[in-house]
Amino acid sequence: MTDQLLYAQLLYGGSGIILVLLGLWSFLVHAPLLRKLIAINVMGAGVFLILVAIAYRGIDTAPDPIPHALVLTGIVVAVSATALALAFGKRLDQDADPE
Amino acid sequence: MIRPLEHILIPLGLIAVGGLLGWSFFLAVTGEAGDRLASVALARVPDSGVSNPVTSVLLNFRAYDTLLELAVLLSALLGIWSLGAAGSGFQPAASILDGMVAGFVPLLILSAGYMLWVGAYAPGGAFQAGALLGAAGVMLALAGHRNAGLPCESRLRLLVALGVFVFTMTGLLLMVLGNGFLTYPPGLAKWLILIIETAATLAIGATLAAAYLGGRPAAHPTTGETA
Repeated sequence: MTDQLLYAQLLYGGSGIILVLLGLWSFLVHAPLLRKLIAINVMGAGVFLILVAIAYRGIDTAPDPIPHALVLTGIVVAVSATALALAFGKRLDQDADPE
Repeated sequence: MIRPLEHILIPLGLIAVGGLLGWSFFLAVTGEAGDRLASVALARVPDSGVSNPVTSVLLNFRAYDTLLELAVLLSALLGIWSLGAAGSGFQPAASILDGMVAGFVPLLILSAGYMLWVGAYAPGGAFQAGALLGAAGVMLALAGHRNAGLPCESRLRLLVALGVFVFTMTGLLLMVLGNGFLTYPPGLAKWLILIIETAATLAIGATLAAAYLGGRPAAHPTTGETA
């Protein structure tokens, strides 16, 4: 394994870890549902970045297809969860102050 | 004022989690894990019926994952629908935006078709194509089309269930014919994957657009249509 490959992986993976931590912090500290939701999505983006970094095999070899497939799965699950949570939040708001 | 939980415990915990993540990531990247799954998967790609490794993993080697993924999308939509009807939607768009939307939506549908087809040998596939279709629906909803271009509720229910239905039926049919569940016979793999991906694309696009509406679609989809 060349040094260049390792640096690229650590750069991407490190950014992913930082995103996970930022999201986790925001999720724990802020009370509003919308902020928590955005925090979860930021964490998800960090996880995808880590997976993509693990899949990277250098510029002239094919990337590992399995983490890439996992990222696609993850995006779909994240979108579904976000949509469901937004709908729940909207309904909670409606019930909190009926017009 | 220093609150101990927010200013000391949580940052310390985050540093610990970060250290653990970083350490395990470093080990995963540098360590020699022996035979990696990637080499096994890449070696079998020619047998999978498609030449794009990611599509072959999604639709052939780990087709279960993809089936359950579609089920997750479907159940999220059912959850959204169970919360009540969608809101009244947006105002009909002014003529310039409406004209732009009328130009862009066919382009999005065309690109979705291209994405679906190209997924066999290049990056692309059902999820990307479905996302483009969903984007077309969101665009229509933003321009004031009340049901985002989706059909009436009874047909929409069939449409959003299409992906899971076709996927499961293909699997069961293969089981009856003597293969395993979703174990494609080599000659047919390409066409089975294309059929499943087409159904999945339509279902994903419809599900995303319907989820954006935020509730069960209105009974009279014509409201707000300009055509």
